[in-house]
Amino acid sequence: MTARVTFDQELEDLNDRLIKMGTTVENAIDESIAALKNKDIESARGIIANDRVVDELEKQIEYKCLTLLLRQQPVAKDLRKISTALKIITDMERIGDHAADIAELIIEITDGNVYEATKHILPMTEVVITMVHDSIWAFTKDELELAHEVIARDDIVDNLFADLKLELAEVIRSEKDTGKHALDYLMIAKYLERIADHAVNICEWVEFSQTGKHIVNK
Amino acid sequence: MSPTKIATENLNLFYGDNHALKDVSVKIKERQITSLIGPSGCGKSTFLKTLNRLVDLIADVKITGKVFLGADDIFHSQVDVTLLRSKIGMVFQSPNPFPMSIYDNIAYGPRIHGIKKRVQLDEIVESSLKGAAIWDEVKDRLKKPALSLSGGQQQRLCIARTLAVKPEVILMDEPTSALDPISTMKIEELMSELKRKHTVIIVTHSMQQAARISDFTAFFLNGVVVEYDTTENLFANPKDKRTEDYITGRFG
Repeated sequence: MTARVTFDQELEDLNDRLIKMGTTVENAIDESIAALKNKDIESARGIIANDRVVDELEKQIEYKCLTLLLRQQPVAKDLRKISTALKIITDMERIGDHAADIAELIIEITDGNVYEATKHILPMTEVVITMVHDSIWAFTKDELELAHEVIARDDIVDNLFADLKLELAEVIRSEKDTGKHALDYLMIAKYLERIADHAVNICEWVEFSQTGKHIVNK
Repeated sequence: MSPTKIATENLNLFYGDNHALKDVSVKIKERQITSLIGPSGCGKSTFLKTLNRLVDLIADVKITGKVFLGADDIFHSQVDVTLLRSKIGMVFQSPNPFPMSIYDNIAYGPRIHGIKKRVQLDEIVESSLKGAAIWDEVKDRLKKPALSLSGGQQQRLCIARTLAVKPEVILMDEPTSALDPISTMKIEELMSELKRKHTVIIVTHSMQQAARISDFTAFFLNGVVVEYDTTENLFANPKDKRTEDYITGRFG
């Protein structure tokens, strides 16, 4: 007889909800990147509207965590798991916000030339998407090694962002008419870079959840 | 929302001059766990013992008001108290198995109620022990003395003994206060199983336990029910300052 069957089931339910929220924000980024490539304004509007779903999931998980803290009085790894869940939903919610921010900029951008002129935005989006996916996977499956890998990938994003800035500066210099759109792209790149930072935050909480040590990277 | 299983209406109880319960009117929900909390002497155990008329056994007790089990007034003159106590079973603070075998402990109640056939008794013993999550631990030694079991096992045996007479309601008076934490967890886990078929009312000194296991919680103070609400509301957002002070440990 396992002593806390009910509690274990509750923790599993919490994990399922986190996976659902993670999948939802992941889809939001995927779709916003696709909308950027395809200049799909309708899809961009859909992403903005769907951000409400992420907010709602955050509220539900927050309530679930507070109820578990109140009713189950978790200790040790259970306490760390629930308190870190409370922290990472904030990061996931921000990731969702940034996907919507990107979608808003896509609606503004009417000139496709800038996208073609920037070689680094696509690889940047690819790395960012895997970071978000893997960070949530690492948390829900307790995979510390994967969390460390995600944290290391942040350097790739930072380097791509630096290269992209140089590229966009060149666009602004050479094509005066598209200067505003180049700035929009700079914003998109900054949001992507922030999304990667939130993925790193999630991974730092994975470390805390597993080891009790919260190490903040740079 | 579950229907009401037990309802008290303006229940007052006096031990001589001591007014121990004051105008208690609560509705206990069916197939839910209700915790009664409050400081020592607040009336919570008295309230529990009133529900199956165990207080009848105490001299100089006077009761006014009503207690209904379903639609039946438990103080009605026609009520068969033995039958009432089989419908409303009780588990006490210290495990109190009878000094007889594990099997006979469980078969005791059914035998009193006229069941003699071995096959039928075997079936009741097995299902009751399974219902109390102790069958696997004792099935090979049913003839051994019940007192040879550990404290936690004895308490689950007592729960099985209660289950053997098929009660509708199970009252528990601090059922884990004499047990170690692991045995306590087992009983708590068992309680969440029990509520599938039974209404459970538990007196507990541990507010953490009330928060863990119960669906509803009543806070008693000086014989009065100060607050009665869902456990979540009562512990997360109590409405009465006295409740807040008690559960946050700022009492007195």
